[in-house]
Amino acid sequence: MTQLISLLTSAIVFGTVILYGAVGEILTEKSGNLNLGVPGIMYLGGIAGLAAAFLYETHAAAPVGAVGLVLSFLAAIVASALGGLIYAFLTITLRANQNVTGLTLTIFGAGLANLFGGSLNAMAGGVGQIHVAVTSQAYRAYIPALAGLGRVGQLLFSFGFMAYLAILVALTASWFLNRSRVGLNLRAVGEDPATADAAGINVTRYKYMTTCAGAAISGLGGLYYVMDYIKGTWTTDSTIEALGWLAVALVIFATWKPARAIWSAYLFGVLYWAYNYIAGLSRASIELFKMLPYVVTIIVLVAVSLRRSKESQPPKSLGLSYFREER
Amino acid sequence: MNHESLLHISKREGLVWWQAWLIRLASLLLGMVVSAAFIYTITKLNPVRVYAAMWDGAFGTTRRAWVTTRDAMMLLCIGVGLAPAFMMRFWNIGAEGQILMGGCATAAVLLYAGNAFPSWLLLLLGALVSVLAGALWGIVPAFFKARWNTNETLFTLMMNYIAIQITCFLVAKWENPKGSNSVGIINSRTQAGWFPSLFGQQYVMNVILVLAIAVLMFLYLRYTKQGYEISVVGESENTARYAGISVRRVLIRTMAISGAVCGFSGFIAVSGSGHTISVDTAGGRGFTAIIVAWMAKFNTFVMILIALLLVFLEKGAIQIASQFQLNDYASNVVEGIILFFLLGSEFFIQYDLRFRSHSHKKEVQA
Repeated sequence: MTQLISLLTSAIVFGTVILYGAVGEILTEKSGNLNLGVPGIMYLGGIAGLAAAFLYETHAAAPVGAVGLVLSFLAAIVASALGGLIYAFLTITLRANQNVTGLTLTIFGAGLANLFGGSLNAMAGGVGQIHVAVTSQAYRAYIPALAGLGRVGQLLFSFGFMAYLAILVALTASWFLNRSRVGLNLRAVGEDPATADAAGINVTRYKYMTTCAGAAISGLGGLYYVMDYIKGTWTTDSTIEALGWLAVALVIFATWKPARAIWSAYLFGVLYWAYNYIAGLSRASIELFKMLPYVVTIIVLVAVSLRRSKESQPPKSLGLSYFREER
Repeated sequence: MNHESLLHISKREGLVWWQAWLIRLASLLLGMVVSAAFIYTITKLNPVRVYAAMWDGAFGTTRRAWVTTRDAMMLLCIGVGLAPAFMMRFWNIGAEGQILMGGCATAAVLLYAGNAFPSWLLLLLGALVSVLAGALWGIVPAFFKARWNTNETLFTLMMNYIAIQITCFLVAKWENPKGSNSVGIINSRTQAGWFPSLFGQQYVMNVILVLAIAVLMFLYLRYTKQGYEISVVGESENTARYAGISVRRVLIRTMAISGAVCGFSGFIAVSGSGHTISVDTAGGRGFTAIIVAWMAKFNTFVMILIALLLVFLEKGAIQIASQFQLNDYASNVVEGIILFFLLGSEFFIQYDLRFRSHSHKKEVQA
């Protein structure tokens, strides 16, 4: 039982990272933009948050966690939205190919983040690994009285605020896409931009707004990873990239539905960590286990194309640029 | 709401080739200026000296020049592999996985048959199995695309991660020495199954093989019936069907070829350069090559230029990074910036921008 609880808690933490990435990408894809820059954007969000907290903590005489939290949160949102803006400008205004632009954004974001993550501390004259203890503490704060309520308390209340925010964001996105007028317009843009345009919807503005907003949300996944998952430090490697691609996979798995992405994200977390709780696995077979989320995603992808049910298809114009003149 | 827009965008009518290249060159220079500014802000190094140092990093010594050439050839080989798929409008994002599967297959041959066969036979076997493994990795998503129209961008993307995990699995299995979490140099004593040195240079064979593939692919795409079929399917599947081309067959056949060439580049990476296998055998080149192939408009010879440029940037930025105790990721930033500019420049090649003056507007209204 204790084992199950600990599996579920780590699955929720893991799931939260990719849930942000996926919800942001769902919004973006609903506007017809397939942004393969999600990993890069998550990197940008993570490093911007870390850098902001680092600058604040090294310059303030007595750093306050809440201030560091607000600063890093804003920095992450701005940086990831800017990443989205680069993508939007190139693909929407300059009509560059979406896949290639997205992949370039991933190379760029990963490069920028690992460059600064690895050397920010040295540049500021410090030694050793970068660490923002105070801000990270604020991100990981929870209400001890609630988390102390036995196993249920641990399972439901032992997380930092961003885990709950992720659910809220996903539910809001779901409401937005299905119930709000703007959301319905957005879906029309993603399905058939020419028709939407004819109906008087400003296709360009919709695509720009959602791509930037989607990027901002995706970037929060990187922020949560840096501040909560690895506790306010930096590891110069490609973990965020792998998580970013998992977020792209999650979009497919959730068949472009933000609400479904919530439990799917946790399921990915369980699949990812399952090897930890199976006795007698060799190190080699652990690597095979880590394949599970991707295999499951492929199965869903194939199943979706087999069933052809209307509700679970990708947006029809996904990946295609819209040229008004070539309508 | 856009009827008052000041900018008028229209498709260009046939730009002369050198004008198009002038635009690309200008955007490249602009990208290099921005990159230099970026490097200047973090290193305070004179931008001119930045590029001098980069040149030194890429071509400063004979050894460096050969490593640069080797890596450019690797990138070229993958780009050549992707060309037929992209020409067919099949988004093969799965090169990374196809390289790794080819590399794993080659490594298996070198490891298990290293002492049993002569080196030339090992090379032949390695090439064969790598081609088969890469082709298999290409055929799977193509089959589903052909049969049920499953989204190939996402499918091939996922196949990469399956290949990465398989590689991690094999690395853990073949670990040598135990606990090092790497396979180490395979057959380091006997050099069995390694590319032989030609003309006293280690990487001449890489160059010959890749250039041969590039020329063959160019001829295949341009002068054969199958190459023609690929471009028809890429233009319009309906036209292809009307012309009696079996779209399914072309899809699967072309992806088999695409995967096979990418798998073969895994063979070159293992037998011809790294002599080991890890996820770094591909190391993101499968993704970079997508950009190479796309920007070259599937022209294999233009790919050589772009591949060289990218490897030059990579090696150069690594040199600068090590001089200033930054990490190698500086190269990815520079690469990203320059690619953004090159991607954006295509718009100005394809479209004509004209600012509408007021007098002009009146004229139109009158």
